[in-house]
Amino acid sequence: MRDILQDIREWQSAGEEIALATVVKASGSAPRQAGAKLAVTRSGKMVGSVSGGCVEGAVFEKAMSVLDSGSPEVVHYGISDELAWDVGLSCGGQIDVFVEPFEDR
Amino acid sequence: MSGIHDQLLAAIEQEQGALLATQMSGDKPGAKLLLLDDGTSQGKLAPAALDQQVRADGQSMLNSGEATSRSYEVDGATVDVYLESHLPPRRMVIVGAVHTAIHLVAFAREFGCHTTVVDAREMFATRERFPHADELLIGWPDEIMPDLNLGPQTDIVMLAHDPKFEDPAMEVALKSRAGYIGAMGSKNTSAARDERLKARGFTDEQISRIHGPVGLNLGGKTPPEIAISIMAEIVAVRRGKDPRASSSPLQPAKSDQ
Repeated sequence: MRDILQDIREWQSAGEEIALATVVKASGSAPRQAGAKLAVTRSGKMVGSVSGGCVEGAVFEKAMSVLDSGSPEVVHYGISDELAWDVGLSCGGQIDVFVEPFEDR
Repeated sequence: MSGIHDQLLAAIEQEQGALLATQMSGDKPGAKLLLLDDGTSQGKLAPAALDQQVRADGQSMLNSGEATSRSYEVDGATVDVYLESHLPPRRMVIVGAVHTAIHLVAFAREFGCHTTVVDAREMFATRERFPHADELLIGWPDEIMPDLNLGPQTDIVMLAHDPKFEDPAMEVALKSRAGYIGAMGSKNTSAARDERLKARGFTDEQISRIHGPVGLNLGGKTPPEIAISIMAEIVAVRRGKDPRASSSPLQPAKSDQ
């Protein structure tokens, strides 16, 4: 969290629009546990991870839509997901990811 | 950056325990509440009934280091909240500014550890040799160490390989609450040190906190190889796989010698 917040701080001072994704629940052989974080900017910068690389692309897309809408969302990823072919976790785990616009409240 | 994340970052940097709660559904998705171990807080969840429940729950989780989602019943509806506890950063105190210590500092930094190197010998403890150590302290380790914060988040690694420095430093380490204590040395050196500590009044149980010979049995010989075996042992111990446990598939260094 510390490393990510430091990067976010730099991005903010450069005027970037930022979204934060956090694994809030993990089960099975999920590659990253609850607490894992990925921060992204609209310009495509990334720091951290929420999986071993299998769902980061999908999370990035979701982050963009969350930045557009301004409303946070919980997204579920897992092998049982009907989107498994596109964004399933190859390792068979399941994760819930909370994606939110990064702002200070 | 201002606000709640700024305060969280400040708390982490000041080694203060903190818990961040994020509301995921209900009235205000995305709302955050920060609890600090000095009893202060910032932000709030909505409605107030939820905020109160999460505050009570959060206090008990503050120093757990855990991250989890929980559901709360508020006015007949279920609201999901994500709670994460942030412990003070891990610390490594290395006694002995030797060659292996240079590599160990590099590995420890990759793990986000704050690193302190202590040695009485100015010739070894130089910034040229340790450009990346967070602290480089010159003096007798047993005089310096009591001033360091040797808590459960601290790993102490003795690399000086000289009883003159290490025995007094080890006494300080054993009296501390450090989460890991390791000491370089062969089986014979380790056994001899344990005997000296016993003669000084330490019990077998106290002495058993020392991992010595230090490290996992990777067969390494060079300073970076030894450093990574020490780092690997620290990960194993911190994750509940102490290589000395009979149930562990891992082996302590030199266990086959």
